[in-house]
Amino acid sequence: MFRFILSKLLYLVPTFLGITIIAFSFPRLLAGDPVLLMAGERGVTPERHAQLTAQLGYDKNIVLQYFDFVGRLLHGDFGHSLVTKKPVLSEFLALFPATIELGLVAILLATLIGVPIGVLAAIKRGSWFDQISMTGALVGFSMPIFWWGLLLIIFFSGYLGWTPVSGRISLMYYFPNVTGFMLIDSLLSGQKGAFASALHYLILPSVVLATIPLAVIARQTRSAMLEVMGEDYVRTARAKGMPPRRVIAVHALRNAMIPVITTIGLQIGVLLAGAILTETIFSWPGIGKWMIDSISRRDYPAVQSGLLLIAGVVMVVNLLVDLTYGLINPRIRNK
Amino acid sequence: MSDTPVKLSDAAIRRRMLAEFWFYFSRNRGAVVGLAVFVLLVLTAVFADVLAPHNPTMQYRDAILVPPSWAEGGRPDFLLGTDPVGRDILSRLIKGSQYSLFIGIVVVSIALAGGVIIGLLAGFFGGWVDVLIMRVMDIILAFPSLLLALVLVAILGPGLTNAMIAIAIVYQPHFARLTRAAVMGELKRDYVSAARVAGAGNLRLMFKTILPNCLAPLIVQATLSFSSAVLDSAALGFLGMGAQPPAAEWGTMLAEAREFIQRAWWVVTFPGLAILISVLAINLMGDGLRDALDPKLKRS
Repeated sequence: MFRFILSKLLYLVPTFLGITIIAFSFPRLLAGDPVLLMAGERGVTPERHAQLTAQLGYDKNIVLQYFDFVGRLLHGDFGHSLVTKKPVLSEFLALFPATIELGLVAILLATLIGVPIGVLAAIKRGSWFDQISMTGALVGFSMPIFWWGLLLIIFFSGYLGWTPVSGRISLMYYFPNVTGFMLIDSLLSGQKGAFASALHYLILPSVVLATIPLAVIARQTRSAMLEVMGEDYVRTARAKGMPPRRVIAVHALRNAMIPVITTIGLQIGVLLAGAILTETIFSWPGIGKWMIDSISRRDYPAVQSGLLLIAGVVMVVNLLVDLTYGLINPRIRNK
Repeated sequence: MSDTPVKLSDAAIRRRMLAEFWFYFSRNRGAVVGLAVFVLLVLTAVFADVLAPHNPTMQYRDAILVPPSWAEGGRPDFLLGTDPVGRDILSRLIKGSQYSLFIGIVVVSIALAGGVIIGLLAGFFGGWVDVLIMRVMDIILAFPSLLLALVLVAILGPGLTNAMIAIAIVYQPHFARLTRAAVMGELKRDYVSAARVAGAGNLRLMFKTILPNCLAPLIVQATLSFSSAVLDSAALGFLGMGAQPPAAEWGTMLAEAREFIQRAWWVVTFPGLAILISVLAINLMGDGLRDALDPKLKRS
């Protein structure tokens, strides 16, 4: 197991270097002088231009610039935002919990609903439940979630008036930011109704973000279950008279879960891409909206480091999925 | 005797393959429905200028935010209503089908061509070429696709062409990986060795001997990428990074309609519905193609 972990970690090094090269190249690939682009339409004086060029290190040799860049990254220096002048890393970390909270609730919803639907559809293969749920899954899989979000806002917020349109919690509540997770902080604050309010604000965005993963998980669970139920050991279990419920829960489901867990892990990229759209629609103060805002504000240091940090997160989560996979399935580990 | 093998002409073999393909494809009812909708979509795009009742960019100043014709206050000449500057939504949707199909075709062509060449090189030559290429593909795949496309658009500048290039670059690793895996599987087969012994050069081996036998997974992936390209380009349009107004691209239409969601549901509902129906049809077709082309599924 130790060798397995080590080999996976070594595997990450070139990927990480590649990510840093892409992030490093980003502002340098922009057509034109990056300093002028960042300065925007107002322009800069020649002195300020030289100062900015030196500050961003553009006056040095490109290879030196890259080593400088990586060196600073390794010291935790991700540069400063041009707009707010604050360190990019602290901005990222301040907003990241909002995205994690949204993403976690979404993946939880997707798993808790998707897996049972997939299992039931597989058991009752060909039934009306199977047909309807799998049609629904394909519709969910094809959904433009930015439109889906708008439709839900029209119906639940506009027509029924049940849910808020944007934000994370009602303005009535104010409490210190402890963990950055609104659900946890609201509980810690001890204010009556705060938790319910946070949940109330979270429900619509998380449903929107959960839509595609839910569809993928349901489809994957169904096909994994169907495959496993055709295996000899399931037939043997049936033949020796084991109750069907037990055959499904113990023999089939546990083995079918292996590919499903991988699928759930692989949804992280989908979630982060979905977060960009979901957060934009619901004005959710997370990193997805922050990236979009940074791009449209031409805040290139923020975009550069955001890109790097998000890719880093995806990389680490993929590593964890790989390791979990190896933990569950010894065949992978010993290959 | 009657059981001597009959040599079929190439055309006859192709006809039989097509018949077999259709047999498996048509068993999937959803796939047939998807195909029918897709054909309708293609026809709509081809005859868009004839079908559209109005000019899609014409602003009727006397008809701003007119509801659909069946709703209260609707007008019969604007079947699906008009948008905030008085343009006919139905005509814009019809025009938008051209954009979506065009985007899908261009993105898939670029991604497919690039991915196949890269994958062939990696699978065929192996060794450090393979390691290098696959590492680069892993790096591209480490970024969420929409995010990478957004950043590429930020580099290239917003617009439809750049959005298509960005999406194609992001999709290309999937084709490269599939091609590489298929090539490595085929490379060990006898027919490849036979061709090599017969004196076929590397290029001939790659493109004429091996590639045709790797097409099935690539066709399925191309279909899936087509639907994703329609979705992602609409998403970029929605975020203001894709096709620019006044283009009647469906995602861009949604972006323009966003502020009217509380007063005019129709300006938001129909463009999204058009995206959903197109993507769904293509995905249904993709499922059918996979069933028809995957030999493992055929046997069961």
